[in-house]
Amino acid sequence: MNLSDIEELLTAEVVYKNDSDLEILTACGADLMSDVLAFSKGKTLLLTGLTNPQVVRTAEMIDLELIIFVRGKNPPKETIELAKEKSINLLTTDKPLYEACGILYSKGLRAEKINEIE
Amino acid sequence: MGIGDGKEILDAKVEAGDFSSGGETSSKLKDLLRKLGIPAKVIRKIAIITYELEINIIIHSEGGNLSAEVTSEKIDIIASDCGPGIDNVEQAFKPGYSTASESIREMGFGAGMGLCNIKNYADDLEVETELGEGTTIIASVYLK
Repeated sequence: MNLSDIEELLTAEVVYKNDSDLEILTACGADLMSDVLAFSKGKTLLLTGLTNPQVVRTAEMIDLELIIFVRGKNPPKETIELAKEKSINLLTTDKPLYEACGILYSKGLRAEKINEIE
Repeated sequence: MGIGDGKEILDAKVEAGDFSSGGETSSKLKDLLRKLGIPAKVIRKIAIITYELEINIIIHSEGGNLSAEVTSEKIDIIASDCGPGIDNVEQAFKPGYSTASESIREMGFGAGMGLCNIKNYADDLEVETELGEGTTIIASVYLK
C-alpha cells in the first residue's frame, strides 16, 4: 500500500508530503511513545492522537516515514517543521484511531511484530 | 574517525524538563553512527536506547549527561544524571511501572516501558544508582 492509497482510504488531508509513492507494509496505532519504540521495522506507519514534536522524534529513531494524526487533530508548527527537517510524511484524518486502524487493516495493512529488529 | 579506535564520539548535556529539545542528542548520535558506516540494525537499537535514556533524564532527573563510545566490537551509551536516584531498581524495570506525572503521560511518555525497551535492545546493561546521588546507566550494543 502506498501513501496515496492510504490518503484516499482515510479521506486524509496532507500536512506534509515528501514521497507520494512511499510504500507501507505494516502499521501501528499508539499514543504511548515507548510502545511505538518497541515496534521497529521500516516501512511502518504510525496512527496517533498525539501531535507534539516528540512524535516525530520517535518516528525518526525507528526510521518510520509516515505519521497519521487521528480524530481531526492538526499538529503544531514545531511538529511540522521537525517532520520537514527529517523528511517524515504527515497526514491528518477526521476518523478516530480505532476506525482508521480498522480500515487499513481490512485493506490488508497488517500489524507490526513487537521487539524484533530485522 | 572510524570504527576501532575506542573513541568517545558524543558527549552532551541533557537538561531536566527540557521536552522541546528532547531527542536532539539521540538524533545527532544517529547521524554520526550513519556517517561511521555502522550497520542499520545496530543504529536502530542504539537510537531507541539513547532516546529512551535521554527522555528519562528529561522526565525523571535533575539533569544529566549522555555520551557514546565506539570500539571495534561495540558501542557503549552512557547516561548519567545528578539525582535523585532510583528507589527500587527491580521495580523500575517492571513493564508498566512508572512514577511519571499525568502531564508527562499526556505527552505520550511515562508509560513504564522505557527501561524495558532499553533492556530489550541492549546486549549488556549496567545500572548504578544511589538515592540522593544519581544514576548511571551503561548500555552496550555489539556490532556483530
